[in-house]
Formats: sequence, structure tokens, C-alpha cells
Amino acid sequence: MAKITLEGIRHSYPSDGREQIWALEEISQVWEDGGAYALLGPSGCGKTTLLNIISGLLKPTRGNILFNTDDVTETTTSARQIAQVFQFPVVYDTMTVFDNLAFPLKNRGLPKTEIIPRVHEIAAMLDLTESLDRRASGLTADGKQKISLGRGLVRSDVNAILFDEPLTVIDPHLKWQLRSKLKQLHQQVGTTMIYVTHDQTEALTFADKVVVMFEGKVVQVGTPQELFEMPRHTFVGHFIGSPGMNVLPCNTDENGVRCLGVSLGLIEKQPGKGNQLEVGVRPEFVFFDELGIPVRVNKVDDLGRYQVVEVEADGQILKMVVPESESIPSENPCISFDLDFTKLYRDGWMVDSEETA
Amino acid sequence: MNKLSNQRAWLFVVPVVLLVAFNALIPLMTVVNYSVQETFGNNQFFWHGVGWFEQVLKSERFHASLLRQLAFTTMILLIEVPLGIAVALCMPRKGPWVSVCLVLMALPLLIPWNVVGAMWNIFALPDIGLLGKMINGLGIDYNFTQQPVAAWVTTVLMDVWHWTSLVVLLTYAGLCSIPDAYYQAARIDGASGWAVFRFIQLPKLNRVLTIAILLRFMDSFMIYTEPFVLTGGGPGNTTTFLSIDLVKIALGQFDLGPAAAMSLIYFMVVLLVCWIFYTAMMRNEGQS
Amino acid sequence: MSRSVKWLVPTIYILFLMLPIYWLISMSFKTTNEILGAFSLWPQEFTLENYKKIFTDPTWYNGYINSLIYVVINTVISVSVALPAAYAFSRYRFLGDKHLFFWLLTNRMAPPAVFALPFFQLYSATGLFDTHIAVALAHCLFNIPLAVWILEGFMSGVPKELDETAYLDGYSFWRFFVRIFIPTIAAGIGVAMFFCFMYSWVELLLAKTLTSVNAKPIAATMTRTASTSGYELGLLAAAGTLTIIPGAFVIYFVRNYIARGFALGRV
Repeated sequence: MAKITLEGIRHSYPSDGREQIWALEEISQVWEDGGAYALLGPSGCGKTTLLNIISGLLKPTRGNILFNTDDVTETTTSARQIAQVFQFPVVYDTMTVFDNLAFPLKNRGLPKTEIIPRVHEIAAMLDLTESLDRRASGLTADGKQKISLGRGLVRSDVNAILFDEPLTVIDPHLKWQLRSKLKQLHQQVGTTMIYVTHDQTEALTFADKVVVMFEGKVVQVGTPQELFEMPRHTFVGHFIGSPGMNVLPCNTDENGVRCLGVSLGLIEKQPGKGNQLEVGVRPEFVFFDELGIPVRVNKVDDLGRYQVVEVEADGQILKMVVPESESIPSENPCISFDLDFTKLYRDGWMVDSEETA
Repeated sequence: MNKLSNQRAWLFVVPVVLLVAFNALIPLMTVVNYSVQETFGNNQFFWHGVGWFEQVLKSERFHASLLRQLAFTTMILLIEVPLGIAVALCMPRKGPWVSVCLVLMALPLLIPWNVVGAMWNIFALPDIGLLGKMINGLGIDYNFTQQPVAAWVTTVLMDVWHWTSLVVLLTYAGLCSIPDAYYQAARIDGASGWAVFRFIQLPKLNRVLTIAILLRFMDSFMIYTEPFVLTGGGPGNTTTFLSIDLVKIALGQFDLGPAAAMSLIYFMVVLLVCWIFYTAMMRNEGQS
Repeated sequence: MSRSVKWLVPTIYILFLMLPIYWLISMSFKTTNEILGAFSLWPQEFTLENYKKIFTDPTWYNGYINSLIYVVINTVISVSVALPAAYAFSRYRFLGDKHLFFWLLTNRMAPPAVFALPFFQLYSATGLFDTHIAVALAHCLFNIPLAVWILEGFMSGVPKELDETAYLDGYSFWRFFVRIFIPTIAAGIGVAMFFCFMYSWVELLLAKTLTSVNAKPIAATMTRTASTSGYELGLLAAAGTLTIIPGAFVIYFVRNYIARGFALGRV
């Protein structure tokens, strides 16, 4: 087991064009030993590239990877002792489930006396004991995915287990089951796990820490709560939460930030340079308030546990989450923001702000 | 896939059945007809029973050409299949060279068979051929028109030249359809190059290889034109394969009865081997 | 095997493939005297005489035209009748389907030598002897089963949901088949046509048996040269070189489908 450190990783895929396009731009990141991480981001943001760099399937164009204190940038995949589970289940068709699980151990020359108990132990963990003698090709998708997972777990010396959207091809009702199995396994074996996904629910339920990526950059690392309350980038605000954060254009005057035609009572601590200043506030932190900004209610979606209300003010559309018990004001509705959770963003990145007295 | 039961599907198959039956059944009946009759010319035929079959099955000439045929087919399968797999494994997976390789490799497949024979004839002739000159230049006495061994080597070499590409193309297509994740998983599991071949590539190639072997078996077992043009079946009868012998008997000597009987036996041999293959293939498919 | 020597294997193999072809082409530019006289690696007295002869002598160039005509007819017939049949085999179960499929395949296994004589008699009796259509029909014997086999493989790879969705959208069967299904398996049709073209173009025994003058294929014209007028090797080489060209054209057009299509649709 090891702490994994990425130092200034950049990567670009070879292309015919003259211009070098970076799939990954300058990533430095520490993955603590034994952590459960989720790597969250939209398709094409470089998640899989980063994962493949960690496992050694790709060599980064620039930068170094350290396992504990050893530089492994030039080390081969198999020597890195990494396990990886792919999007589509990979099983060795002609082998039995037992042989599949034993394959990584046999390749590393372990004696039979060690292989057999180890395989049985892992099979028991994954509820595969009964199908050990069956041909792996005959299993269902989730069974196959368990085997790929098992091939990672079976090696007692793995430094980390990487998951590349492992539940994509699994039926919805089994997804939930397999996900909790993963969580349970993490607690059982305590290996570092990095879980790539574009599904925020998957990320937030699995991980202690979520790494959010966007266009080849890591935009925020944090606990699910931090991501929710303090999105460091408007992208995080958009991507996490349902519905996503409201991002509104604004400007400043001597009283601070003006938005939707009124002064919010918020100022930027250190007025910085940059073009676009925006206000971000989650729908959960917008509420009806008689003294607030006048709005027009466009539509109400009742989702059962709460209602999502779309309102319009000053030509801007906002979404707000209103508890089921609360009624929507029918005349002259006005709204306010919870200023503790209203953030300022300059060029997409959060800037420090404070409430004016 | 579970298919719908639908008898009207027959309508779709009727044109195929009619066309193939016209070409297959009528000539086949003619052959069967000849095979049980004796003629003394003047279009007069007499019932001969299974006499011709007995005669063919007992004839040393038939045994010899069947044996030559089996030896030839076995040899070319043993050379072409491993060679084809090896070449396909070494081919680049992407880049501009892929098209170049594929086009050049497919070229021999589209040359008319007698041109292949003629080409190899002038290529291997000891006095005017490049190959013949080269081998003799190395101090080896080589003349495929007179030496049985040289004739065999040349015929096999010609077939390898002509048909290995089919195995290469099929194998290459099979290799290209293996998802990258399999190779990545193998690297993570620490598999050696041999293990990758044995446990990933070979199982995934199972189907295309079956097709390749089946096609190569059928075509090599029916081979006629290329060796006929190259060696004419000689020197002596050393490269007289089944088809060549058959044509010699039927059209050369006009012994219709024995030729027909031999045709049927020949056809049965091909059918039997293919049936064994076909059932093995289907059983394999049922398992996975 | 290390990466640096890996490219050597296909390179040597291609070199081996090209040598006889080079020899054929080089010989086609030589005079008969040079061929039979001094041994030379490339033509010393470069001549186009052989090609001139082929392009001016109708018995030669008609051979090419004849060959191309029956090959094209055969390819069109084989693929168009194989399409509905392959669809039936891939989508439906019907009485005797498996046996019928195997019977079709057995015809692919029939040695042409077995059928040469009966074919001659059959086509003489029907009055088709020495016509292009005769050769085209005869080649259907092995090309239709092959086309059905290849297309069935491709069609089985297309999910049945496609058909069902189209019917739900109100497509009639034939409209669905022509407008949706055929474009979906275009690669398969390309491969099937490639194989039909290939086997019809290269076959000689039946083509020679079923023709005498009017539909005589180029390949048969060549054998006549070889046997009757002695060995006019230069001429033979030039004719041979020209027979490679249509094949090369066809390969060039399907080059992007080769890797995908040769897997016959399902691996």
C-alpha cells in the first residue's frame, strides 16, 4: 500500500496537427494511503487518462508519479502493483472463474499452496464461491465485473485499486448492490481506491473525498459536503447538485456587489483583475422573503419531497428548492439569498468575499 | 438470439434454393447417373451397380492421388495457419502502413488461378526464372519440372504465396476487434506476451480461425488450376492431386463411369471433413 | 518480440509476395529473345510490344471484356438473391432451416472438377453454352452459399430491436429492408461482393468449360496461348499483368473495410 503523489502531470495524445492539445493540464495531487476517492467529471475531461497514468498504461508527457517516496514514472504497469477495473468487464473467456482469479498470482509465480486459499478467500468476499468451477464467459455482466474486481483484490500487495466507470454496463438494481459491496470491501481491506465516474450520486456515496475534474484540470478536491457548500469553481456548482447552482452575472459599485438590479450586501475582499464577475448560489440557499428581490414565478416542479421553483428576475432565470410544506407566494413574490452560501466567482473561480456590515 | 418461428421465411430462400439447385442437383444427378452405368459408346448405357465405386475405391491410382491430396492439404494448413497468425500479430494496428500492408497482401488473392500458376512457372523455371536462378546460384540443383521434391516444394510454396494472405486478413480482422481493455487488463495482471496470446488473442480468434481453416481446407482440397498450369501434375504423377486426376480420367480418357464414381467419393470426403468441422464449430458456439 | 524487429515480419512477407509479381511485370516488358536468352533482373530492351498486341488483337481484349461481364453479372445475382435468404436465416426459424443452410454450404465444398462435365452437358442442353450468363450462373454454385454465409454473419450482428422499432414506426417490410436494413449492413454487402468478385474472377475451370468463342474468359485465352502457339512468354506475362489490375482496383476500394469486414461480422 502506498501514498500516491502526482507531481506536475501533463499529458497530450499524439496528434497530426501542429498544435499540442493537452488532455491533462498540470495536475499535482496527493492520494493518501487507504483513502476512498472518486474522480468526478464529464465525459472527455481527462479522468480515464489520469487513471491510466497512475496505473502506468500511459506514460505522462511531463511530470512524475511517486508511490510513497519512490518515483515510478518509468516503472511498468505490472511492477507498480496496481489493480484496475474497466468500464466493460474483462474476463479471460476460456478460463474458469477460479483460474481468472488465480491468473495475476500465477503470473507472479506464486506457489499453488498460496494461490488456492487466497482465491477462495476473495471468492467468498465477492460471493463467487459457488461459481468458481464455471467458465467465466457464461457469467452475467455483474458477475464478470466481480471477477475483474477479484483479480485486483486477490493480490495482497496492491498499492491501489482503480475503477474506471465500473458500473456502466450493470443493471440499475444491481448497481446499488455492487456499489455498497465496494464500500464494504474498502472498509474490509483498506486499500486506496480511486473510482472514476461521471455520475455524482455514485461519486458522493462511494468516496470520502471527491476530486472534480474539468477540461483536463482538477478544479476541486473535497468531501461531498465541501463540494456542496463551497464550490470552488462554477463548474463544480453546476455539475454537483440537482438542480445545479445558479450562476448570475453581476457588477460592483461602492456598496459592493450588485446583482439582479439590487445590492446584495456582499463585497469582494481583494478586488482582483479579470473580466467576468459572477455570483453563485445554490437553489437550496434561495428562499422566499417579503423584503427581497421581486421575481416572477415561471414554473413549479413538485418532486415529492421538495419543489423546484423556476423564477425570473431582471431577465435572469433562477432555480430554487422550496420545502414541500411551504407554499409559493401568489402575489408579488420576492426572494433572498443565504449570504453565507452565496459566493463570488471571477472567471469561473471562487474569490474571497465578505458581507458588508 | 432467439429467432421467431415463421414458415413464410421460406419465400425469402426460394430464389437461392432454385438457383443453387439448378446448378447443383441436375449436374449431381448426371454424375450419379453415370456412376452406376456402363457405356460402350453410341449413347447406350447399361446398369453397372456399384461396380465403378468398387473399382475406384480399390484402385491404387485413386489411393495415390488421395494420399497426395491429403499430404498437400495437411502441409499447407500447417504452414499457412501459423505463418498467417504470425504475420497478423506483427502487423501495425494503426497508421498509414496498415492500408499499404492490407492492399499489398490481398493482391495475390485476386489474381486468376491460372495466372498464379503461369507466374510461378516463369518465376521458378531454372533457366529463365528468378527463383530458379537464385536457388541454382546457391549451388543447389533445382529443376521443378524434373525433380519430384522440387516440384512439391514449388507447389507448396506457390500455395503459401497465394493463400497465406487470407489467413492474415482474417486473423488481423479478428485481432482488431479485441477491445483495448483486454490488453490493459493483461498488463495489470502481469501477463507475459505468451499468456496474452494464449488466453486473450487465441480465444478471441477462435471463430475467424475456424473460418480460415475451413476455407483453406476446402479450397486446397479442390485445387486444380494452379498446380495444373505449374507442373501439369508432373513430373510423372508426383503432383497429380485429386482434381487433376479426375479431369484426366473424365475429359482426357472419357471414362465417364469411373470418373463419376470418383467424383462422388471425392465430394463425400470433402463433405465429411467439413461436417465434422461444422458440428465442432457449432458445439463450441453453444458452449460460450 | 521486441518492437524494433516486429515490422520486419510483415515486410519480409510482403517482399516475398511481391517478388513473383515483379518478375511477371518485368517479363512483360521484355522481348521473347531477351527472356529466352541472357538472364537479366530487369528489362534490358524495354518493349511495349506485348501490351500493344493485347490491346489491338480482339481475341485478347475481348477476353477481358468477357471476364468482366460475367463476373459483374454473377456478383449482382449472387448478392441480390443472398440478401433476403440471409435475412431469413438470421431472423427466423423455419422448417428445415439448419439442413438447408448446411446443404447450401456443401455446394461451396463441391470441387469444380466434379461438375465440369455435367455442367457442360447441362448448359449445352439449355442452349446457354458459350454465353456470359452461363458462366455467371455456374459461378453462383459456390458464390451464393458464400454470400449467404457472410451476410448471415453480418445480419446476426444487427440487433433484432432495429427491425421491431422500424415496424413500430410504421415501415412496411420492404421499405424497412431497403431503406434501413441494407444501409446498416453496407460493410457486409461490400465484403460479400468482394468475395463474389474474387472467386468469380479467379475461377478458370468452369469458365473455360462453359465457353468456346463468344464468352471466352481472358484466363482461357491465356492457356490457349501457352499450349498452341508455343511459349510466347512475354505476351503471357503481359496478359497476366493485366489480369492483376481489376483485382487491385477492387482491393483499393474496399481497403478500409478489409480489417473490419473480414471478421465476417462476428468474432
